[in-house]
Amino acid sequence: MKVPITITVNGVTHSSEVEPRLLLVHYLRDVLELTGTHVGCETGICGACTVHLEGEAVKSCLMLAVQASGSKVTTVEGLSSDSELDPVQQSFWEEHGLQCGYCTPGILMTAHDLLRRSPDASEAEIKRALNGNLCRCTGYQNIVAAIRSAGRKMKSKDGRSARQSEKPRRKTAAAT
Amino acid sequence: MPQEKYSGRKILRKEDARLLTGKGLYVDDVHLPNTLHMALLRSPHAHARIRRLDASRAKSLDGVVTVLTGPEIRGELNTLPSAAALPDLRVPDHYLLAVDAVRFAGEPVAAVVAETSYLASDAVDQIEVDYEPLPAVVDPEKALEKGSPVVHPQWDSNLAGTFELVSGDIQAAFKRADRVVKARLVNQRLIPAAMEPRAVQASYQSGEKMLTVWSTTQIPHTLRSEIARLLKTPDNLIRVIALDVGGGFGSKLNVYPEEGLVPYLAMKLGRPVKWVETRRENMLCTIHGRDQINYVELALTKDGRILGLKVRVIADVGAYLQMLTALMPTLTAIMSPGCYRMNAFSFELKEVFTNKMATDAYRGAGRPEATYLIERIMDLAAAQLKMDPVEIRRRNFIQPASFPYTTRTALVYDSGNYDKALKKALDLAGYKQLRKKQEQMRKQGKVMGVGLSTYVEICAMGPARAFAAGGGWESATVRVEPSGKVTVLSGASPHGQGEETTFAQIAADELCVPFDDVAVIHGDTRAVPHGIGTFGSRTTAVGGTAVYMSAQKVKSKMTDLAAHLLEINPKNVVWKDGKVVAKSNPKRSTTFAEVVKAAYSAKNLPPGMEPGLDATSYFSPQNFTFPFGTHICVVEIDKETGEVEIVKYVAVDDCGRVVNPMMVGGQVQGGIAQGIGQALYEEAVYDENGQLRTSELMDYVVPKASQLPVYTCDRTETPTNVNPLGAKGVGEAGTIGATPAVVNAVMDALAPYGVTNLDMPLKPEKIWRVLQAKESRSQKSGDRSR
Repeated sequence: MKVPITITVNGVTHSSEVEPRLLLVHYLRDVLELTGTHVGCETGICGACTVHLEGEAVKSCLMLAVQASGSKVTTVEGLSSDSELDPVQQSFWEEHGLQCGYCTPGILMTAHDLLRRSPDASEAEIKRALNGNLCRCTGYQNIVAAIRSAGRKMKSKDGRSARQSEKPRRKTAAAT
Repeated sequence: MPQEKYSGRKILRKEDARLLTGKGLYVDDVHLPNTLHMALLRSPHAHARIRRLDASRAKSLDGVVTVLTGPEIRGELNTLPSAAALPDLRVPDHYLLAVDAVRFAGEPVAAVVAETSYLASDAVDQIEVDYEPLPAVVDPEKALEKGSPVVHPQWDSNLAGTFELVSGDIQAAFKRADRVVKARLVNQRLIPAAMEPRAVQASYQSGEKMLTVWSTTQIPHTLRSEIARLLKTPDNLIRVIALDVGGGFGSKLNVYPEEGLVPYLAMKLGRPVKWVETRRENMLCTIHGRDQINYVELALTKDGRILGLKVRVIADVGAYLQMLTALMPTLTAIMSPGCYRMNAFSFELKEVFTNKMATDAYRGAGRPEATYLIERIMDLAAAQLKMDPVEIRRRNFIQPASFPYTTRTALVYDSGNYDKALKKALDLAGYKQLRKKQEQMRKQGKVMGVGLSTYVEICAMGPARAFAAGGGWESATVRVEPSGKVTVLSGASPHGQGEETTFAQIAADELCVPFDDVAVIHGDTRAVPHGIGTFGSRTTAVGGTAVYMSAQKVKSKMTDLAAHLLEINPKNVVWKDGKVVAKSNPKRSTTFAEVVKAAYSAKNLPPGMEPGLDATSYFSPQNFTFPFGTHICVVEIDKETGEVEIVKYVAVDDCGRVVNPMMVGGQVQGGIAQGIGQALYEEAVYDENGQLRTSELMDYVVPKASQLPVYTCDRTETPTNVNPLGAKGVGEAGTIGATPAVVNAVMDALAPYGVTNLDMPLKPEKIWRVLQAKESRSQKSGDRSR
């Protein structure tokens, strides 16, 4: 038995027929081929599958695709255009906030959710917000630094001009 | 203006552009049309005989293509590999699917292939197996007792292998000693838990007879050779691809049953087949780490000088020997003396089979166990001799003038200055003030401790002669393309470490080209020269050197060609700002682009010179490297809950010359997090029936952000002459240094409570019990005095 669903992902509306048991994360990855959202545990602990549902961070391995029908979903692919990183991605790049990159998409989505609510989040608040996302590579220190730096970027001037001033340095990105 | 070198600077990573935007290509991201999905039925028992297996119901389900069992493929496929690391090693046959018995919970029993992954999982549940449960062997010490059930009935005991090493007159050393300090130290079983579970995908093109395998591996070429052996198929018709791999920490430095099954099924069925591990499978069936019981005895003079060290190790290797299982404790053996001088050393190892998942290389791989045992016993000795733990270490350090230094275990430490790193760390931590603060806090009834470890480790694996199977080198090709852009092809296989960036830094410097003009390719056996892989903190030191050598060869050819074009002697050519210039006459010059053009047009080459501009090098180091450092940890313990808070963490590491300090910092920080994880949180727990109780991330504590401190990291820089880069390697240093520093800090905090040793992980409950015992004792004595 398949069920019709309609979901808007990164601004594009998709109508599909899916099995009722299909997880949202598998819908995104296997049906829409948006493979930026990762699966790390299937039990909601690791947070690699974090996406935004109606603007709020949720774990897409704990949700069925049918439950998301009629909603707007944003994935890591929706954060930036091809030529430009958004301020959070930019800060993760500058602060070396990733190594293997597997947890990174989920952490970026969590960071966005936090900074939207609390752009001045303290180190302790950031660490608390990250408790639903595991990273095995970095020890988190650079992730926390990246989120703080992104908060400053998003706050400085208005968000839009900050975004423009922080174009990715496609040329040699040397910062001594 | 001369171009500033890229090496030695913070250069942002090339790989991040794709990883930050969801455009990485991990194995599960590769979607091929018409793909089938494999799921495995795994044993629910730790030890059982398989009486009967009936897959008929599973096979009859809609969408199920086939079900495979052990007896069906036994003759067709070879068994999994295991390095012959010990002379008397007993190597059990390790089939891809269990044949007549299962020996650990999670062992694969049958493989289902279906149209979707959901259907494959459904069908697994429909396979009926009649098991006859057998007694499980769980405790490695009991496993050695007479009368213990045996894991492998073809042998009379659970002893898998032994190893002994004696150097110097150990009996005399202990006879002479003023003091002998003893301890039983448990280095608990850990689960690597890389964030990306394992995955394998394979596709077979019957026309060209080419088998392509995508796998989450750290060793694509070794895997290719092993798939060839398992499937009895020539290696030149196998292509292994590992593009983005989501962390390994040693767990993907292996060959697993699925890496044979998936390619086999793809060839047999003529359709692509994919398998993706669940987290539960990852916890159960991807290798575990550590799991040693160490009996340590240290003989000292009364002024704290080490005379001798005796180590006896019981290593729980699990049910089967994975690729490097048996080798791990031998690394513990050779590194046990640490950074100290001693007259004598002895090491006695017993490796023991149990009904558990195999242990193998997990970040540090045998060296964290060595550093833990020596650094813990040094603290226990300091306490007994009433010496400062800093002082006892200083008295025994190998001195800077003694390098290269031959150890009691026949290693040659390349270079070092242990006191320099120690001093820097003590200054950064404010050690003297910390001790004063501790005195004050103790007066106020607070529980605070300071701990340190001064480690040395063995990296840049390694000289070929050191390994039974040889290897130990690394390859690289550097090619200047007709456009003048540079391609680096590396045989190493980074999976998060960032060598696309460091290798580009090295090549750009040698060829005097912009960093952005260099592309680095790795993890595709059809594209890159035969290589060894990424593990053992080797990729920059060994693989980076191969890049350096190839770049130099290309540059040398370009110099000869430029000289020919300029009609001067190559000795009179200098490279300057993208130009090749005659020393004597700066006006006489040609450009990088002109030389490249000449190399490819081949119309005007010097006699004997071949067209093209590439070079391949294989760097085979003549020794390991030995990075070192000091880690200092300060803890405060909540008396009500027993919870440990790390209030300060200082690490001074020396990994020789550094190509990219930003990434070195990242390696150290991540390594420390895993070291703290072992000290305070992580433990793979099997119950008495051999069931893994920590089989989800809910139960196994991978540290979260709020459980980890702020790290203060610094470096000293003592180059090595083992390779021309002077780099030693840094991938495992943090993990090796951190664990004993944290435990020493907690034990220092608990010293007033009369406990000298607790085994890891130092969970709140363990500490709370110690604190409570003392409280209740003092209450009782208080009652009496009243």
